[in-house]
Amino acid sequence: MSLNAKDLTVGQTFQQRLVDGLTRTQIVQYAGASGDYNPLHTDEVFTTQVARYPSVFAHGMLTMGMTGKMLTDLVGDGRLTKYGVRFTSQVWPGDTLDAEATVKRVFEEDGEARVELDVVTRNQKGVEVVRGYAEARIDG
Amino acid sequence: MAVESFPVEFSHIMMFARAVGDDNPIYNDPAHAKTSEAGAVIAPPTFVQASAQFDPDYVLRPKPGQPWFGSGKTATGAVPGGEGGGNAGTLHAEQHYEYHRPLRAGDVLTATTSPGKTWEKEGKRGGKLLFGESITEYRNQAGDLVVTARGVGVRTERPADQA
Repeated sequence: MSLNAKDLTVGQTFQQRLVDGLTRTQIVQYAGASGDYNPLHTDEVFTTQVARYPSVFAHGMLTMGMTGKMLTDLVGDGRLTKYGVRFTSQVWPGDTLDAEATVKRVFEEDGEARVELDVVTRNQKGVEVVRGYAEARIDG
Repeated sequence: MAVESFPVEFSHIMMFARAVGDDNPIYNDPAHAKTSEAGAVIAPPTFVQASAQFDPDYVLRPKPGQPWFGSGKTATGAVPGGEGGGNAGTLHAEQHYEYHRPLRAGDVLTATTSPGKTWEKEGKRGGKLLFGESITEYRNQAGDLVVTARGVGVRTERPADQA
């Protein structure tokens, strides 16, 4: 799918549930795929007893990757031109995450229609875990 | 970090997409991908992070015969003040990507990283936060720039509270 400039209005929002109760196994799955085996994400014993966190927590990049699914589902495959986030709060096992994109600007660049989006993902308590932006080529 | 050869393979893309919970067939079905706008299996937006797999010196991967700071017989395998310490004290604060062209299965990337800005901030709960930027350029086998990544790491003096 792809978006068309004429169907977009500033302030329009799109939502997607990213995960319903994040599991430690999915965090480990991400460690394996990405190559980041930091024990803070994969090793409950180290993380609670040595690093003194309440439990392992998700890689920020796992949350960014899941949020990226919302974006590519929205704008289409291979359409993103920019995507960036700040990791504003940690994501823990059991968290449920919802992502939201808001249309900030519809414009033209290099003769192509583009959309700029504000992006935010929140946990089940409404706490922002990532906040950022994306830009994509759209039809128009 | 310098990665001399990061072969972008279909099966790696499939596994990475699974890990982020994305079952889009553009990542797991070459026949579907062929008929799509992209024309081939492409990588999801954050896939270049997996270049760590091809960095021989990456510190967050256990290596045969070397100490590892995660648990085994004891809660940490790190030698105090010595090897196997990883960089557990550094957290990822920001990540930014610019996409210059699609990244396709079959591409072979090189990555070169250069340091960017550094800065300091007072933490909300006291203690200094030390931020540092790194900029990585990923180029394909033709030498074309595919993705520019800018990461920001932060070193904190104490663990965060549970949100």
